[in-house]
Amino acid sequence: MDLEKLKERVLTLVPEAEFEENKQFLTFFLPAGKLHATALRLKEDTDTAFDYLFCQSGTDMVKYLMVVYHLESTSLGHSLVMKVKTEDRETPAFDTVCDIWRTAEFHEREIYDLLGIRFTNHPDLRRIFLDENWAGHPLRKDYQDEVNIVEF
Amino acid sequence: MKEVIHTPVPSVEEEEYHINMGPQHPSTHGVLRLVVSLQGEIVKNLKPHCGYIHRGMEKMCEKDTYPQIIHLTDRMDYLSAHINNHAVCLLVENALQIEVPERVKYIRTIMDELCRIQSHQLWWASFGMDLGGLTCFFYGLRDREKILDIWEETTGARFLQSYYTPGGLMWDIHPDFQKNVKAFIKYFRKKIRDYEKILSGNVIFTERSRNIGLMTKEEAISYGVTGPSGRGSGWSCDIRKHHPYALYDKVEFKEILYHEGDTLARYMVRMDEMYESMHIIEQLIDNIPEGDFSAKMKAVIKLPAGEYYQRVESARGDLGIYCISDGNKTPYRMKFRTPSFSNLSVLDHISRDLKIADLVAIGGSLDLVIPDIDR
Repeated sequence: MDLEKLKERVLTLVPEAEFEENKQFLTFFLPAGKLHATALRLKEDTDTAFDYLFCQSGTDMVKYLMVVYHLESTSLGHSLVMKVKTEDRETPAFDTVCDIWRTAEFHEREIYDLLGIRFTNHPDLRRIFLDENWAGHPLRKDYQDEVNIVEF
Repeated sequence: MKEVIHTPVPSVEEEEYHINMGPQHPSTHGVLRLVVSLQGEIVKNLKPHCGYIHRGMEKMCEKDTYPQIIHLTDRMDYLSAHINNHAVCLLVENALQIEVPERVKYIRTIMDELCRIQSHQLWWASFGMDLGGLTCFFYGLRDREKILDIWEETTGARFLQSYYTPGGLMWDIHPDFQKNVKAFIKYFRKKIRDYEKILSGNVIFTERSRNIGLMTKEEAISYGVTGPSGRGSGWSCDIRKHHPYALYDKVEFKEILYHEGDTLARYMVRMDEMYESMHIIEQLIDNIPEGDFSAKMKAVIKLPAGEYYQRVESARGDLGIYCISDGNKTPYRMKFRTPSFSNLSVLDHISRDLKIADLVAIGGSLDLVIPDIDR
């Protein structure tokens, strides 16, 4: 499916989608509440068929925390980027997508570990790299570690 | 006489118990711990514990310039060092729209394929050893030395080369490079027949690997199992074919696919890929054009503000780098989507209800490199 059609298709699923211009992939923000339902439709519908989540990452943009989903369809060859954001820095949470793409189970554990974003309904949300009693989440921009991070 | 009441003690077969494989265990090939729940010798489930070699690479990248980041990526999947370097270089070059000289593309493609061969050689060596064939380890390492020698001449390093730079290469190839690579291919085409004789045609080996660790194509896609492990399940996921970079759209090579989805299929994919890699090198080695070994680059590299994503096919699969730049000389955020991380996630699913000895075979067939998981 070409980009314009894909864009229309996304807009019929989520009319609130905010598209970003001049990106490598078709990129849009969607409301966090619609994340799971949209993700499921994007995978299940035969004309979109996004069955491969090739990257899931979290970023601290200071004003907000965001999670980015890079999706590709292995049968149709098109890809898109879906983003959700939250301004809540204390208890940020999104719905899990690991029931849709199993690879998300590990990626979401990593995002939780390094950015402190929780994923509701995740079957096993524990830290993946750091100790359970580690204080803070290192990829947050306000994270401080006077022992391991040397400021120049 | 007082009656003695025996509480029934569950037999070993009934009781579920846990053992730790690792962090120091020969079959995990690094510091990975698998907490395995067993009933007798049947694996009920397993939980991988990662992070023993987590170095916070993504956090470090936020303080490093792009040429510095190249040196970090060597240390992720150290068996695909050149290919990891290639990913960062392509990211920077595509963001700045720099066209690298043809000579660089040739050398990079040859180096990448040498990298793939030596990675598969080491995988073959350790996989054979995991299943009890110690000879494999000696054969594999013996032949891998030849590639390391070739690299040492040109790059000055045997393991972590950091040979690529944004825009080109650190320096030109050694005058003997072409001669030595051709000699190696000639040598290895003979020796790989021994590999086939020792393992591929070995009844004990095929019996231990056939129908073990079955993974369907749908599972491979859902778990994001890429590279030779995904192609063993019939999923055409080769980035070199689907999103070509360097010279992969110019050279002729086959994407190896097997559809059985078992340990033997994943083994066969890697064996066949070594032939394809040699085939690619043979097409290029005599035709390296004259020219510069690097494009002109500014002393300080700053990417325009924006988001970039670069994918390459490492020896383990789909390596992705997602970079958010705010226009400075260091990235705002750098995310490495490493193939071993996703490949590990399927291990629990495909080794359930099999024997613990099969777990070793499956783990070997996924070809995990632990620093690539932990970063």
